[in-house]
Amino acid sequence: MLYGLKIAMRYLTASKAQTALLVSGVAVGVFIFIFMSALIGGLAEFILSRTVGDISHVTIEAEIAEPAIVINADGHVLAAIEQGRQRTASLRDTETWVPLIETVPGIRAVSPQITGAGFLTRGAQVAQVSVTGVEIGRESAILDLEGYIIAGSARLGSGVVVLGRRLAEDLDLSVGQVLRLQSSNGVTAVLTLGGIFETGTGMLDRASVFVSLPTARTLFALPHGVTRIEIKLDDLNAADATALRIHALTGLDAVPWTDGAEQLMEALNAQAQTGYFLKSFALITIVIGVASALLLSTYRRRPEIGIMRAMGAGRGFVVFVFVTQGALVGLLGGVTGATLGYLALLPFPRRDEFVSGTLPMDITQGSYGLAIMLTVIGAILASILPARAAARVDPVQAIGQ
Amino acid sequence: MTALLEVSDLTKTFGEGEAATHVLRGLSLSLKTGEMAALLGPSGSGKSTLLTILGTLMKPTSGSHWMLGQDLVAANDAALTEFRNRHIGFVFQFHNLLPDFTALENVIFPTAVRAGRETPAARARGRELLVRVGLESRIGFQTTKLSGGQKQRVAVARALMNSPELVLADEPTGNLDRASAQQVMDLIEEINRDEDTTFLISTHDEKIAACCRRQIVVGDGLVTG
Repeated sequence: MLYGLKIAMRYLTASKAQTALLVSGVAVGVFIFIFMSALIGGLAEFILSRTVGDISHVTIEAEIAEPAIVINADGHVLAAIEQGRQRTASLRDTETWVPLIETVPGIRAVSPQITGAGFLTRGAQVAQVSVTGVEIGRESAILDLEGYIIAGSARLGSGVVVLGRRLAEDLDLSVGQVLRLQSSNGVTAVLTLGGIFETGTGMLDRASVFVSLPTARTLFALPHGVTRIEIKLDDLNAADATALRIHALTGLDAVPWTDGAEQLMEALNAQAQTGYFLKSFALITIVIGVASALLLSTYRRRPEIGIMRAMGAGRGFVVFVFVTQGALVGLLGGVTGATLGYLALLPFPRRDEFVSGTLPMDITQGSYGLAIMLTVIGAILASILPARAAARVDPVQAIGQ
Repeated sequence: MTALLEVSDLTKTFGEGEAATHVLRGLSLSLKTGEMAALLGPSGSGKSTLLTILGTLMKPTSGSHWMLGQDLVAANDAALTEFRNRHIGFVFQFHNLLPDFTALENVIFPTAVRAGRETPAARARGRELLVRVGLESRIGFQTTKLSGGQKQRVAVARALMNSPELVLADEPTGNLDRASAQQVMDLIEEINRDEDTTFLISTHDEKIAACCRRQIVVGDGLVTG
């Protein structure tokens, strides 16, 4: 078959201009394929980073126990213990779980938290807020609090609160001022405003406050444990699998971010489908281009095919020569297109540096290997029809005997 | 001399019904090893069709075709292709060389296509043949850069590459000037004499026919003399 390869290469190099045009056509198709892959992939990455980049990828929440009841033999409830104001649902043994969870591969950060509702008061002004108590030093583990700070610091110490810009404006607050935070348990703490953040997300900026975990323990009367554990992953697409691993490891009910995000996932899937269509059209163009060029070559080389058949070349040999030409064109065009695609994507910002107003091209999602492989396969498939036509050439007619 | 090839009651019909053309009408012929025969006859007498059938490029409509003890009518395409490659050489009127290849590459094609690669032994044999046909200075030339006579000598060398028992030549000198034609015929005679290769040469040229020890005359699809 080495000889068939030599003949195929000789045919390609004998018609340099035609081969160059053919390879260029394939390369353009591959370039489009790669460009679309990087754009669709980058767009999905951009949307995900903007929507779920600052939320927990996997969340473990304490299950609220059903209130104890007494039922008689007929099934009637005789007595029920009313839920107290004190928060009782908590994840105990956090000190055990957190190091264990941190051993799961792909986990970037683990943040034990105490969450609850409260009222923020400054003078006569009152605002209902969502309170999150996080460990000191892990303020930016899930939400990039440090990155969103517009005044003061994200550092949470004892008696320090950090809140959003809209809330600060509503209550006319500035860094260093003292305010009162009353929890839903009725506990009040006097806190100093340490920092103001702006995430661009309405609810966070308007109604969220962050305090240290010890402060939250006091506010929600929770001396031990936490109410939830938030987990950030290196790859947010691995949330489902990681949640299952954590559940298998700890028995805790780990919920991936994809639960309840069906609409977002549908939108991303629709976008991915659009990308597949566009990439398929690029591949179809390649296949048609290669097939038509090789058919033309088959017609042009009919006398030579006839000579080869007369000299003892079998039909299989002729098929191999033309299929190899297709494969070589696919490989050359694929590598050229992939290289051009990569070079064209280089000037775009990296995925973690995407900025609004520019095309979110992700150079790492160019699918270069896949593009080359599919192109070679497509070119081989495209060359089968011309190759079969070549193998059927009647040597007597072809050489005019 | 032993029988190399035998055909009997060979018929070949092109087309069907009223449009049918009966080119061969029960032709019988045998060739012995080492023979050098001229195939004579007017245009349309069936010479080229007979050569094509003898060269296994086409099957007869009916009749038998045996060569080297093999029934070539019953053989399938793959078997015929291999048989042709090993035992039959062709020299066409219009040389029919591969234009994108050198003289040497053309000559060694029949061996290389069978082996799947160009072996050193094949290259050596190809060079030897090109030297023998007087083209030692044109070994690496593209065939497009050779004269008509040189191309035909390359075609003769290619026909001999696999040391075939039979070489079929269809008007091998028909496209050459007198001097080149004589060179090619001298070469064919020399090879026939030295290697005992059987030649069947289709020609209209009586001088070429005179070079052959046997003349076979075909007319109206039959051997007439």
